[in-house]
Parts: sequence; C-alpha cells; structure tokens
Amino acid sequence: MTNQPNLPVVPENAALLDTVVTKHGMFSPSAGGDTSGFGGLVERFELAPAAMKPFGGWFDDVSDAIVKAAAAKGLPTESVFERVSIDRGEITFFVSPQNLRTVMQVLRDEPSLRFEMCMGVNGVHYPFETGRELHAVYPMQSVTHNRRVRVEVAVSDDNPHIPSIVDIYPGNNWHERETWDFFGIVFDGHPGLTRIEMPDDWPGHPQRKDYPLGGIDIEYKGATVPAPDKRRSYS
Amino acid sequence: MSEQTTHSTADPYAGFTDTTEGRVHTVTGQDWDTITGAAAGQTERLVVNMGPQHPSTHGVLRLILEIEGETVTEARCGIGYLHTGIEKNLEYRTWTQGVTFVTRMDYLSPFFNETAYCLAVEKLLGITDQIPERANVIRVMMMELNRISSHLVALATGGMELGALSPMIFGFRERELVLDLFELITGLRMNSAYIRPGGVAQDLPDGAVEKIRETLDLLPKRLKDTSDLLVDNQIWMGRTVGIGFLDLPTCMALGITGPVLRSTGFAHDLRKSQPYCGYETYDFDVPTVDTCDVYGRFLLRIREMQESMKIVRQCLDRLKPGPVMVEDAKIAWPAQLAVGSDGMGNSLAHIKNIMAESMEALIHHFKLVTEGFRVPAGQVYQAIESPRGELGVHMVSDGGTRPYRVHFRDPSFNNLQATAAMSEGGQVADIIGAIASIDPVMGGVDR
Repeated sequence: MTNQPNLPVVPENAALLDTVVTKHGMFSPSAGGDTSGFGGLVERFELAPAAMKPFGGWFDDVSDAIVKAAAAKGLPTESVFERVSIDRGEITFFVSPQNLRTVMQVLRDEPSLRFEMCMGVNGVHYPFETGRELHAVYPMQSVTHNRRVRVEVAVSDDNPHIPSIVDIYPGNNWHERETWDFFGIVFDGHPGLTRIEMPDDWPGHPQRKDYPLGGIDIEYKGATVPAPDKRRSYS
Repeated sequence: MSEQTTHSTADPYAGFTDTTEGRVHTVTGQDWDTITGAAAGQTERLVVNMGPQHPSTHGVLRLILEIEGETVTEARCGIGYLHTGIEKNLEYRTWTQGVTFVTRMDYLSPFFNETAYCLAVEKLLGITDQIPERANVIRVMMMELNRISSHLVALATGGMELGALSPMIFGFRERELVLDLFELITGLRMNSAYIRPGGVAQDLPDGAVEKIRETLDLLPKRLKDTSDLLVDNQIWMGRTVGIGFLDLPTCMALGITGPVLRSTGFAHDLRKSQPYCGYETYDFDVPTVDTCDVYGRFLLRIREMQESMKIVRQCLDRLKPGPVMVEDAKIAWPAQLAVGSDGMGNSLAHIKNIMAESMEALIHHFKLVTEGFRVPAGQVYQAIESPRGELGVHMVSDGGTRPYRVHFRDPSFNNLQATAAMSEGGQVADIIGAIASIDPVMGGVDR
C-alpha cells in the first residue's frame, strides 16, 4: 500500500504547512506495535497538498480560464484561488468565501468552462484545522465538456458564513439547507435557510465531529423516551 | 403552538385547532365537506398539508400546497421524516461495514448505492484497475437487474397513485421475479450488502446463470402486460400527457438528472459519458423522448428496462471463471463465504484453516475483520447513473480504518426540488403525476 501511483503528487516547493494536521486519540498505528486503540497515539497526516503548475491535461485550461475571467470581474489574479490541489485525478480549487460567488458565476457563464450543473454542496468538519474548521465542498459538472471539478471553501467555527449561490445554481437550495442543518454553516443570502432533515427545533448540528452518535433522548408529544443506550436492560 | 383544541366531530383525530397562524383543520378522509364549509367566504389563502402520511405521495413526503379552488398556486415539499443518520453512522464503522449501511439508503436501488460507495473507496485506495473482470461483470449485471426492478416499482406506484391499479399489481409481480434472482445470488431480496470494496462478497451460486436467462426470457412477455395496459391508453394519457412539464434549461438549473432530464430529449447518461465498471464495452442505447412530460418519462422507463435486459444478456455471455475479489490480501475480505446448514457464513475450509492450521491466518482474519483496512488520506467524488439520475458519493478519508466523512448526493433529494416548477399553476390532482414521474425514494432523500 505504499508508493501508490494515485496518491497526490507533492512538488518540492509546495506550501504544505497549513495542510499537515495532527490527530490524537483512539486509533491504532499505521505499522506494528500497539493495536488496542487505547494508546493515546498521535499521528500526523496531510490534507489536500497544494499542486503547482503545470497541472497537466485540461486542468490548466480550466484553471487559467477561471483566473482570467475572474480577473475580468475585478479579482486580483494571484488570489482567485487559495490553493489548488490534485488528488486521484481530481482537481480541487480552494476559494475564499468572498471570492466564491465570482468563481461560481464564471464557472457557469464562461463558454470555455460551462459548468452547467452544481451537484450540491457537502460539509466536512475538521475540528483540528484551527480557523478553517468547516469546509463546504461543491462538486461541479460540465456536461458540454464532460469535465468535473471541485470547489472547496473553508471557514472558521466562530464565523461560519459563506455566501449562498442559490441564485446562480438554483438546485443548490436544498443542499445548502442540508449543510446548514448538519454543520451549522450559514449561507448568507439563501432564500429560506431552515433545517431540512432534522426537526425545526433541534439543537446542534449532528454531522459535526464533536456531536455524539446516539445518546439523544427522543421527545414525542411532550413525553421523553430515553436514548437507546440509556434504556432499561432486561437481559 | 396548540393553545386551544376544539374537536368539531366525533373523530378524535379530525377537527380544528386554533393556532397563532390561524385555524388549522385536520381532515382524515370522507370529511372534506367540513373544510369546504369552513373555507366558504374566506378570502385568505388556503394552505393544505398533504402527507406526510398519504397514499399518493410516494412515501413519507409532506406536500404543503397553497390552493385556489383546484388550482395549485404554490407547492413546497417537507422532507426529513425518514432521516436515519446513515452518513453519521458510517463514520463509526469500518470501510467494509459501510456497505451494509448505504444499501439501506435508496431502498429500491440498493446495488447502486453499494457500487457507488465501493467505487469511491476503491478510487481512494487506488485499486480501481485491479478489480477482477468477473466482479465488474457481476456488478454491472446486478445494477441493471436492479434498474429493472426499480423502474417496475416506479411504474407500479405511479400507476397506483393515478388510480390505475392493475399496472401496480403487474409491476410488483414482475419485480418479484427480479428480487428472486437477488435472493438466489446474494441471499437477500433487498439490503444485500453484496458489493464490497474490492469486488463482490461471493461468487454466483450454481444455477444462477440459467435462472437469470430463464427470467430474461420471461420478463419481456410480462412487461408487455404492463405496457399494453398503459401505452396509448386514453385514460392514462389524459392524466399524464403535458403534465409535469420541465424543459432542458430548468433541468440544468436545478441539477436534475436521470429520466427527467432525458425526457427533454437530452441523452445524458453517465454510463456513456463517464463510464465505470466497464460500461463503455457494452452495447446499449440511451433512450430519450422530447415531450418533457409525465407520459414521456413513463415511456422512457419502459424503454430503459429493455436496454437493461440487453446489458444483462451481454453480462451473462461475458462471465468467465475467475476471482471476484482483489488479490491484495490486505484489502480483500479474508473469509470465503459459503452456504452451510445454518445459513450463509464463513466456509468450513476457511474455519479449519484459521482455527486449526495457521496462527498467522487467524491473526490476519481477526485484524481485517475487526479493525479493517486503512485507506490513504484524501477525498474523491464518484458518480454513477442510478435509475433516478446521478448518484454521487463524496468521500473523505483521513488515512484511518473508518471513513472520515461520506456524503451521498442522492438524485431523489435533488430532483424533488423540481416539484414547485412542475406543479405550480396546475391542478391538485396533477401534482401526484408530476411527483410520481420524478420517482423519489424517501429513504434516499432523507438518508
């Protein structure tokens, strides 16, 4: 399982510091030794290392076209993307929240890009990535050019605001509500950002890593049913 | 919310409640005239809740309709009644155990959920090219059989919801033929957890190929029963032609995929445009119609079933003996499953090996089954063409033995957003047809 050809290619001069994170807790080491899972282990791993140009294939065309079109809309060329990463043959553009709407508009409207479909938005919670805990990931598809790219936005837990793109891609309406529901990311400008899967009065955002699995009492018509792990046992 | 409750009839569940938003009436059936009486002379808008328990809403879907007479002026969906937290649960199980969860999402197309999940895991592992040929053929075969059974339910329930009960009985009867095949091959009619990261759980049992061929000979005759009842049937066409209109630009804007998109005349199918599991080597067509309506989508599903049967026949011709799991012993499930006197389980030969012969094999078995394998850190998005459209899996690994985050972009979830565009301005009765043509499965919508 080492030296796999599909693992991300990390150039020597890539900026890696902000992507290496440290994990503590219950897991077993990659090789040998303690397998109990209770050893209080520490492991360092890397998230989405930055790729450097040339990216290869049509990745360069798409990336150049976005930068050029976004620059025409007033974004400084060097800061259109925070980082570009290529992993398993898929390209991810990391974009800051304030640039997101411009980039999305360009992806949809530019004839050389034509990403007609945004396949929704998905949250990922990285509690250890200080200041960038909450990520929103937008998978994009161009039917015309038969291409897929990914746009990723990271915000902090203290200020989890991302501009809504529902007016650009109307199909993202429910997806943004779901991401608000599960992660607590606020999509500013959404026409009606309410919970969609959980009940309206639910406290907390269940897909966050600090939210427990189970252990929540069930309320129904004024009565409370204890969580499965707290119920009486008859065995 | 409920300040005062006054029951106006003897039915304890019917009646009305005065709330801060106004008077809320509950209708339980056969008592609609109590509403029309109460609504008479009201100039304010009338908001009707249809569902979440309603025989015509395709599961626990709640429709919130603002109506003016029989005309729907606004339609909104309320979902979430079947949310089970599968995505959260996946983060607490090994990569292999995840299959057992995802198969329960969209319960009418379990093999698509399993395949999408496994393809994503394999892409993260970088073993996509190492999946044995036989495993890929079996996967394609199971998916296409599943497409037939799923479309049959779409036709059956769609017919039932519009009042055509005979197609419902025929549809479920034919689906049973396909489910019998699933039971023969995987041991279970639904929720099989048969497709696993690296291949499939076990090889086809003896006699499976012959049984599938038999069913394939029978199915076209049986499908004709259903299509004879509905195709060119004036009553059915009166309920479906020109209903639930959704054109190509609207589909694109709303991210609609699957039969609804293909009913606009656009032959977009991921099996052709971004093939997986070797779909590029099969000979099949992507049927389209250009009517953009409920009737067109219904015809499309019938033709897609014919194409699926074509693919299954090709699969049967291609099945060559060989492994059905990757060779890499660090990933492949260590046990050979077999059917014994007490049902399916580890084969006796394997038990003998780990319990009596090889300590290393026992350790290996124990580690891989309890802890699971590791998947290198990274994220992928894998999409496949499910019966309802693009089923996308966004999967993140932190390098551990459990998924860090798995998100299913279920086509039903996305496509249900078209309800308003399809039904506003039309009749109340036409909403049923429009939603039936989207064919949402609430298990997939809510996950």
